[in-house]
Amino acid sequence: MSYSFKWSVLWSGQSGHWLLQGLLTTLELSALAWLIAVALGILSGALRTVRFTPLRWAAVSYVEFFRNVPLLVWMFFWYFGVPPLLPRAVQDWLFNHGAEFWAGTLALGVYHGARMSEVIRSGIQSIPRTQFEASVAMGLTTFQAYRLIILPVALRLIVPPGTNESLNLLKNSSVALTISVAELTFQTRQIETYTARAIEALTAGTLIYLVLCLSIATIMARVERRFAIPGLIARVEPAG
Amino acid sequence: MDFSVIASNWKFLLLQGLIGLGPFIGGTLRLAIPAILLGFALGIFVGLARLSSTRWVRAPATVYVEFFRGVPLVMVIFWIWFIIPQLLRLPIPEYGVALTAFVIFEAAYFGEIVRAGVQSVARGQVEAATALGMTGAKTMTYVVLPQALKNMVPSLVTQMIVLFKDTSLASIIGYVDLTKAAQIVNNREIKPFQIYIFIAVVYWLCTYSMSLFARRLERRAA
Repeated sequence: MSYSFKWSVLWSGQSGHWLLQGLLTTLELSALAWLIAVALGILSGALRTVRFTPLRWAAVSYVEFFRNVPLLVWMFFWYFGVPPLLPRAVQDWLFNHGAEFWAGTLALGVYHGARMSEVIRSGIQSIPRTQFEASVAMGLTTFQAYRLIILPVALRLIVPPGTNESLNLLKNSSVALTISVAELTFQTRQIETYTARAIEALTAGTLIYLVLCLSIATIMARVERRFAIPGLIARVEPAG
Repeated sequence: MDFSVIASNWKFLLLQGLIGLGPFIGGTLRLAIPAILLGFALGIFVGLARLSSTRWVRAPATVYVEFFRGVPLVMVIFWIWFIIPQLLRLPIPEYGVALTAFVIFEAAYFGEIVRAGVQSVARGQVEAATALGMTGAKTMTYVVLPQALKNMVPSLVTQMIVLFKDTSLASIIGYVDLTKAAQIVNNREIKPFQIYIFIAVVYWLCTYSMSLFARRLERRAA
């Protein structure tokens, strides 16, 4: 293989700026989607463990449908499929205010919410039922029992699988390039297009993802030790 | 809402997109099935290498797994797309690029499943096999792997479902799978809501039947 490397393309011209912009967009997209995913995940994960059947079924349908369809299809669905159903004025406003970013955030958040839900449900189910019964016996309502007893314990138990799933979300944010969100992978491709230096551009993008993932994993390993519940060796198995 | 666009295009979507019969080389299943088989086969080697007592075998396998688990699949697809033609000096069809990318990427994930499966087999089993005079390779093939495989079934199926969904990303480089077929139809018909909901349901039926099958398998294995 005779390929002469020219690494300077990464910092000459616009490339450095593009990479930084891409990194910031990836972080922004992932952070917003993560908030949606965690909110939906806690809500539907908790609802899947309650006794009231209609609520449980609503949560099950959401989780089973959204997590079993590829993220790419959801990207296209939220970006191309949903806006035409909205009123004309809303459509115009959206397409003037970065519709692809919002569609990407929603697609990523709703998809990972369904996956997060499984993590949270397994956390809740690993708490002995007696905890819930004791809370109710103390006079707490079901909502209070979940808010004050069950969820705080469950959330501490699921730090490891939750971290894993959050990193999946971060990596999956790259799929947003298909609806032309200018995130890191998109910018990597742009550098490749402008400089015809595929290997250099891809190396830069890959290294940024690797550093991001490894540093989050390292930080979270510390958080995990800090939040571990002493004396409790409950193992939470993530269910895909 | 008018769903007649599905009535007139479902044949193209299912035959061309899902199965791969049609004017284009494509098909989600034609990519997913070999990718699952080859990815798992490579994953067995990766997983066993991770458990090797020789450092020079274990270290590269660990780097391999950590690397691919820290990088988005889209990135890996682009790597293969640009690198293989450079290396081989000949153009590779999208199918070859996609299959290579999936096998290399998913082997890292399958490798971790295999490792966990092998580690779940009781230590006494290996000792008993050694006491019976079996070699290391024989112990692995006849004693450890069959039992490990049973323990791996749930996570294996989960990973197969993930891989099946991931094949949609092959459409990025132009491989005509179900997602690309939907894009082709949508470019002509401009009915995005109906078309994308339809393929979402098709994907869902495939993945959901895989998980139902897995549940049955688990019950029988237990």
